[in-house]
Amino acid sequence: MITGHELKTAIAQGRLSAVEAASQALARAQSLEPQLRAYIRFTPERALAQARRIDDLVRAGEDAGALAGIPIAVKDIFCVEGEITTAGSRILENFRSPYSSTVVRKLEEAGAVIIGKTNMDEFAMGSSCENSAFFPTRNPWDPTRVPGGSSGGSASTVGAWSVPIALGTDTGGSIREPASFCNIVGVKPTYGRVSRYGMIAFASSLDQAGPMTADVRDAAITLGVIAGHDPLDSTSVDIPVPDYAAALRSDLQGMRVGIVHEFEEQIASLDPQLAELYRKAYQALEQLGARLVEVHLPHARYGLATYYLIAPAECSSNLARYDGARYGVRADPGGDVYEMFERTRAAGFGDEVKRRIVLGTYALSAGYYDAYYVRAQKIRTLIKRDFDQAFAGCDVIAGPAVSCPAFELGAKSQDPVAMYLMDYFTIPMSLAGLPALSVPAGYIGGLPVGLQIVAPAFEEHVMLGAAHAYEQTTRHAWAATPPVAQTAASTS
Amino acid sequence: MADVPIDIDHVSRLARLALTKEEATRFSAQFSRLFEFIAELQSLDVNEISATAQVIPLKNVMREDVAQACLPRDVALENAPAREGPYFKTPRILDGES
Amino acid sequence: MSTAAIGSETGFEAVIGLEVHVELSTQSKMFCGCRNEFGAEPNTHVCPICLGMPGTLPVINRRAVEYLCKTGLALGCTIATDSKFDRKNYFYPDMPKNYQISQYDMPLTTGGGVRLPSGKLVRLNRIHLEEDTGKTFHAGGHMAAAEYTLVDYNRAGVPLMEIVTEPDIANPEEAEMYLGQLKAVLSYLGVSDVKMHEGSLRCDANVSIRPVGTTALGTKAEVKNMNSFRSVVRALRYEIERQAAALRAGERVVQETRNWDEGRGLTYSTRSKEQAHDYRYFPDPDLVPLTIERETIALWNAEMPELPLAKRERFLREHGLSDYEAGILTEDVVTADYFEVVAQAAQSAKQAANWLLGDVRRLLEKHELTLATTRMRPQALAELIRLVAAGTISGKAAKEVCDVMIATGQAPGVIIEQRGLAQTSDTGEIQSLVDEVVSANADSVASYKAGKTKALEFLVGQVMKASRGKAKVDIVRALLLERLG
Repeated sequence: MITGHELKTAIAQGRLSAVEAASQALARAQSLEPQLRAYIRFTPERALAQARRIDDLVRAGEDAGALAGIPIAVKDIFCVEGEITTAGSRILENFRSPYSSTVVRKLEEAGAVIIGKTNMDEFAMGSSCENSAFFPTRNPWDPTRVPGGSSGGSASTVGAWSVPIALGTDTGGSIREPASFCNIVGVKPTYGRVSRYGMIAFASSLDQAGPMTADVRDAAITLGVIAGHDPLDSTSVDIPVPDYAAALRSDLQGMRVGIVHEFEEQIASLDPQLAELYRKAYQALEQLGARLVEVHLPHARYGLATYYLIAPAECSSNLARYDGARYGVRADPGGDVYEMFERTRAAGFGDEVKRRIVLGTYALSAGYYDAYYVRAQKIRTLIKRDFDQAFAGCDVIAGPAVSCPAFELGAKSQDPVAMYLMDYFTIPMSLAGLPALSVPAGYIGGLPVGLQIVAPAFEEHVMLGAAHAYEQTTRHAWAATPPVAQTAASTS
Repeated sequence: MADVPIDIDHVSRLARLALTKEEATRFSAQFSRLFEFIAELQSLDVNEISATAQVIPLKNVMREDVAQACLPRDVALENAPAREGPYFKTPRILDGES
Repeated sequence: MSTAAIGSETGFEAVIGLEVHVELSTQSKMFCGCRNEFGAEPNTHVCPICLGMPGTLPVINRRAVEYLCKTGLALGCTIATDSKFDRKNYFYPDMPKNYQISQYDMPLTTGGGVRLPSGKLVRLNRIHLEEDTGKTFHAGGHMAAAEYTLVDYNRAGVPLMEIVTEPDIANPEEAEMYLGQLKAVLSYLGVSDVKMHEGSLRCDANVSIRPVGTTALGTKAEVKNMNSFRSVVRALRYEIERQAAALRAGERVVQETRNWDEGRGLTYSTRSKEQAHDYRYFPDPDLVPLTIERETIALWNAEMPELPLAKRERFLREHGLSDYEAGILTEDVVTADYFEVVAQAAQSAKQAANWLLGDVRRLLEKHELTLATTRMRPQALAELIRLVAAGTISGKAAKEVCDVMIATGQAPGVIIEQRGLAQTSDTGEIQSLVDEVVSANADSVASYKAGKTKALEFLVGQVMKASRGKAKVDIVRALLLERLG
C-alpha cells in the first residue's frame, strides 16, 4: 500500500514523475476493473494533462500544491467540467457538466490528478453500490461481496490500492460504511465544513463530501484542501480551516473517549465477534492513554426512522429537476410534456430512487407534513441534544461503524429495510451534523471492520488526531493485502 | 406489519413518476417494515421541541447584487435533449399550470 | 357599467383582492449572478444555477431583500425580524428545478396598506420574495393546438416581489387606483420598471360577490392574464357581472382559476390536470434564515425618497398647483423631478405644469417618447418658457420649437435661429406691412370704421399673415389702431 503523502514526496523529490504515477494508477485500476468495476469511466486525458502540468511545476522548482501529482478518483456525484457526470443514474448517463464542483476545483488546484469517476448507488441512495444503474462494484477483500455504499466505487479502488485517495459523499453513512467494508479511512466532515456546490444533491441538510484514503494522514491533508467557506454554497461556514496534518497525535494522553451505551448493547446482541473486536479497539485507545467514559444517546434508536423521513423528503424535491427538459435523458412517449416527465422519470430512475421519492413526497404532502417531516426534524433536535450532552463529558466518541463486515451481493437487496439498517450507527451523527470517520479496526473472518470516531462540530482535528494515534499503534490496514490487489499490475 | 398509509397513486402523480401497478404493490409492501420504525416516532413528546431545519447556526448569508458572466448559449443548450434555434424544446403543454 | 349600478340592480357588492407580482430591477437574478435584463436574446442570461443543473445551489441577492423591505417601509408594513425561504414544489416546463424558491409562512413583510387618492386604505396582507419562472412559447398559436413548446430561461430566477392585499377593494375603479398608486410608489423607490407590457408588473385578482350589506365572503374565483390596467378594469367588470348573473340564475359560483381573454372580452375557466395544488412547502435546506436587524431598518428608512403622496401634498403647498395637476405630475418620479427642475429654472410652476401637461405630453406621444427617453432636458424647456415670456417668440412658434426640441434635444435658441422664428419688434417693418394691408382691404377698413370691431381682428390677422407670424401682435394692433384713427 502506498499512501498519497508518500507518493507526493516521491514526486516532489523527482524519484517519480506525476505522469508516471498517473499512468501506473490508471493501468492498475483498469487491470482490476474486470473484478471490481469500481469506475463508471476513466478520465485519462484529463489526468495526463494535469500530471504534465504538475511535472512542469516540479521541474521548475515551484510549489505544485498539497496533493501535487497524487492520482485520485472522485465519486461520479461530483460535477467535473467537460466530463460526463451521472450520479450513478441512467437519467444522467449523457450529462456533460459545463462546470466543476468547488471541491474538484480545489483538489485540482492543489495538484491532485483525477484518473476517473467512481461508481455509486444511484443518487447516493444505498449502502452497497448495488443500486447503481450501471453495474455493482465489488469488494477488493472478497469480490463476491459488496464494497458498501453509496461511495462504493471510491472505497473499492482505494481499498484495492489503485489510488491512495478518493472523494466520496456521506449523507447517512455513505463514506464511513464503505470505508469500514474496504479497510480504508473515510471521513465525513461537520455539515457546512466542505462546499456542496457541484455535488449532485440527495439530501441537502445531510450531504457532505469527504476523503476516503489509505491512511489518516492522507485524509487530514485532503480535508485541509477541500474544507473552507464557499460563497456559492449558502450552507458552508466561514470558519478558518485548521492544519489537520499538524494535529495528528501519537498518543491519547488526557483524552476522554465516550463509549455509547446504546450502541454497545446493540452490537452485543448482534455479533459477539464484532463486540470483541470493538472491545479490543477500545482497549487500544486506553493503552494509548485515553480514559473511557460511558455516554448515552437515548434517542439514537430513532435515527433510522427520522433519517428515512427527512432524507427522502429533501430528495423528492431535489430530484424533481430530472424531467428530460433541459439535460439528461428524455423518454419520448408522444403526448404532452407531463407524459414526457412521467415516462422519463419512470425509465430513468431505479427502484430505490423511486421508493424514496414516493416516501419523501408523502412525508411532505398536505395533511402529513406535520406528522412526518416536522416531527422528524424535531426528533433530530433531540438527537443533536443527546450528542451535545455526551460531549460535555468527553472529547470524542468511539464506537462501531457497522453492524457487520461486508455482506454478499444480493444478500440484502430484496429487503430495503435490511439495507437501511446498515446505516444504524452512522445516521445519528449525520442528523446532528457532526464530523465522524471510520478507521480500520481489524478483521472478522478475513473481512475488514472499521472503528467510528465522532467529534463535536468543527473539531475534525481532534477526531483525526485520535484516529491517527489509533492507526499508527494498531496498523490494521498494513496487516494484510486485499486479495484482489494481489492480482494487480504491481507498483513500486 | 404496519399499515402503510401511502396513497401511492396520488403521491406518484404529485411526483410525476409513472409507476406500474407491480411497482406500486411491491413498494407498498416494502415500506411496511419502515413504517413500523416510523410509527415509533409518534410515541415521543416533541411538543416543546423546535424543529432543526438547519444544523448550522448561520443567518443572513447573501451575495452582492453584481451581474456576472453567464453561460454561452451553445453551452447552455449543449445538453438539451431537444432544441429549436435558441430555445429549449419540449412536448406541448396541454393544460394550465400543474 | 359602474358598481353602483351593479349594487342597486342586483343587490350584490363585489369583494376584490389583488395579488401583484413585481419584477425587481436588480442587476443580477435572485439566486445567481446572471444579468437581470428584459428583452435579451433567448437563453443568453442563463447559468447552471438558474437552469437547475445538477449540483447547483442558490445564494440570496442582498439587494432584492433591500428593495422588498424598502417597499414594505414605504407602504407601512411590518418588517419581519425573522424570515426564511421555502420551496414551492410543482412541475412545469418553465420551472428549471420544478420547485420555486418562495416564502410561505414567514414572509419578509406583513400588514401595511396603500392609500388611494380617494382616501380609502387598501390593506396589505403580506409582501414576499420569490424567483420568477422562464417563458414558454407555444408553437402553433394557442396553447391547446400547439405541437410543441419552446422555452426561454432568461427570466427564470429574476427576483419577484409578490404583494397581496386584503379583500378590501370594492370595485374595478378602486382596483385601477390601487395599481396606479402602487406603481407610483414603486417607481419612486426605483425598485422596479413597473411596466405591465413588459411583464415587470403583473396582476391577478380574487373576486367574489355578496349581497349588499352582508359581511360573509362569497366563493371567490381567481382571475389571471390581465395585461394592462384597462384589462384589469374590464376583466373585473365582466367577472363581477358573470358571478351576479350566476347567482341570480340560482347557480353557485365555482372556486376556480379563470383567464381573461382580451380579444373576446370574457373570462374562461382553466381546467388543469391537477385540480388541487399540493405544493408541499418546506423550508429550503440550501438557504439559511434571514434576521432583519433594527439598525438595518433604520438605515433603510434614512434612505427613503419622498414618496408620491407626500410629494403631491408638497406640490399643492409649494407650487400652488391644482389637485388634478399635482396628481398627474406625481404619478411617476421621472415626471415629478422633471417638473421641479423646469419650475425652478423657469421661475414659474404654473407655466411648467401647463407645458408638461399640455403640449409636451402631446408631442412626446407624437414622437413615441417619454420624459425619460427624450433628449429635451428640463433646463431647455425652462429656457423656452422664458423666451416666450420675454416675447422673443410667439406662443404658437414655441410649440414648433418644442416639437423639434423633443425630437432632437437641440437648444431652443439654436432652433429659433435656424428656422427664423424670432418675433420681430421692428416698428418700421411692421408699419410698412400695416400700410400694405390697410391699402389692400378697404372694405374691412370701412367695416371697422362703421363700428364692426371684428374687422380689426381680421386686419390684425392679415398683418400677422403677411409677416409670416413673426410680428409681435400687440405692436401690430397698436400700429393698426393708430393708422385707422
